[in-house]
Amino acid sequence: MALESGRDGFGKALLELGETNSKVVALSADLTESIRAHWFAEKYPHRFFQMGVAEQDMIGTSAGLALSGFIPFATTFAVFAAQRAQEQIRMAVCYNRSNVKIAVSHGGLTVGEDGATHQGLEDIAVMRVLPEMTVLVPADSEEARLATLAAAEWDGPVYLRLGRTPTPVVTENADPFQIGKARILAEGNDVTIVACGIMVNAALQAREMLEKEGVAARVLDMHTIKPLDQEALLKAAVETKCMVTAEEHSVIGGLGGAVTEFLSAEQPIPILRVGTQDTFGESGTPDELLEKYHLTPDAIKKACQKVVQSK
Amino acid sequence: MHLDEVAKRVRRDVIQMIMHSQSGHPGGALGAAELLSVLYFKTMRHRPEEPNWEGRDQFVLSNGHICSAMYSCLARSGYFNTQELLTFRKINSRLQGHPSRHDLPGVETASGPLGQGLSIANGMALGMRLAGIDRKVYCLVGDGEMQEGQIWEACMTSPQYKLNNLVLIVSWNDIQIDGTVTQVKNLDPLSTKLEAFGWHVLKIDGHDISDIETAFAEADRIKNKPTAIIAKTILGKGVSYMENKSEWHGKAPSIEESLRALKEIGTSEFQADLVAE
Ligand SMILES: Cc1ncc(C[n+]2csc(CCOP(=O)(O)OP(=O)(O)O)c2C)c(N)n1
Repeated sequence: MALESGRDGFGKALLELGETNSKVVALSADLTESIRAHWFAEKYPHRFFQMGVAEQDMIGTSAGLALSGFIPFATTFAVFAAQRAQEQIRMAVCYNRSNVKIAVSHGGLTVGEDGATHQGLEDIAVMRVLPEMTVLVPADSEEARLATLAAAEWDGPVYLRLGRTPTPVVTENADPFQIGKARILAEGNDVTIVACGIMVNAALQAREMLEKEGVAARVLDMHTIKPLDQEALLKAAVETKCMVTAEEHSVIGGLGGAVTEFLSAEQPIPILRVGTQDTFGESGTPDELLEKYHLTPDAIKKACQKVVQSK
Repeated sequence: MHLDEVAKRVRRDVIQMIMHSQSGHPGGALGAAELLSVLYFKTMRHRPEEPNWEGRDQFVLSNGHICSAMYSCLARSGYFNTQELLTFRKINSRLQGHPSRHDLPGVETASGPLGQGLSIANGMALGMRLAGIDRKVYCLVGDGEMQEGQIWEACMTSPQYKLNNLVLIVSWNDIQIDGTVTQVKNLDPLSTKLEAFGWHVLKIDGHDISDIETAFAEADRIKNKPTAIIAKTILGKGVSYMENKSEWHGKAPSIEESLRALKEIGTSEFQADLVAE
């Protein structure tokens, strides 16, 4: 199977939007090709704005364009948007309710050799906490494409987090993509694995391993971290009575944070979180990093076995 | 009404609003009274009854802490009832301590966190151009505010995109919270810096109505470049005990001090619609 990254799916969708939606414009902060905005930039140069290495300015400019009726996609790496420009996103985008889409690559450890400075592991947390913000973390290139198209239709700020590393497409046969609706990729009633981003693929592999041991795991592709699909979570909590979350992000404040916050109030069950453990990453190949920081199918499997015991 | 009188009315409103809530930033607001009066009552094309009119000029108040002066102009030009000015900074008010676009018609963007306005104004100017609308964006910033890095990012963006539909106005009063701008972190020579960045720069007296009008007219004639107007202003202008005193940047005058201020400002028009007890 051909491998593709989330950013590839984004770039394709942006090009499609160039054709279908004349309000869509794109901005970049000197990382145009890295986030795959160059296809759009080449075809629609008058709707593409190069902002230079100035992410805070890019966010403000995007807000101004949105307030003038356009649908800007502001693009850079996760760390440089969500963290360098967090306060600009808070005021100019969220408090203004301006219709800006922030599309970032380099979310997670699989950034690889660039190391800790470039690996966005706290971005979901700092975006999710903002009122008015919608947070999307698609599982693969195809879902990234659909999420991009949906973000353009969505009325309001969106943070769209994409991976750098090519991965297999795992959502081909899933239900139609809809913001705020989890996609159930596998049924099972012993434990639920709630995953986002590349960890959806790892969750499916963990499920196969568990199946051999007689444990039936449900797999939810929680591509929308905010607004959370509360219905799917409640149903899974009632039916499987325990859960594991998996994300390429800190266990603090991201998907795991969102799920545990919600269920602890509505349907308390044992939940274990797979993610980075309050630590920075480092240089290495994507696979080495996933292994070292325990973001593997095996880590998810072990968490499932453990959480099933505490039901 | 002559624009000098309009500016006095802005000053009276500012003092009454801040006196009423016992909170706010009188210094910069008083200092910007002429600039805002010319914009809202002479230069800008806008329709208070249709705040989102596509053909309007847009104003971005980047130094959001002086919003009492902008609220006065919005109310006095008809965006909302002048009585509402007295709700400024109070619970359940649309007149938030720093501007909220979502709450109040006529506010083009939220502001308050310093340094963000010019980027937003650039985006609006790019949007106007892309939509084929021949109008202008005016953006007011404080001089202390120009210590923010984002302002300089944005100062590179406007000339890069040759935004001649954008006018930056710097309220140059040499005062910020911790002292004079010169002492805290010197900006001078600002005009040389902006020129080096690619701006057309004008220096004016920010309290002289005809100076201000002339500068906006000149900005209209400049092609291929954005215009920056460095307006020399006096913090607390019009109230002798506030003038040039950094302590009046963000402090409310007592009732007694306010009455003195109102007396000093004076105006030929009796403001029966805004009587604070
Ligand atoms: C990002 C940010 N940092 C700090 C503040 C707090 N603050 C409000 S006004 C001000 C000084 C601004 O000085 P200047 O722009 O000269 O305004 P003026 O005193 O002339 O009104 C500061 C530091 C803020 N609002 N935003």
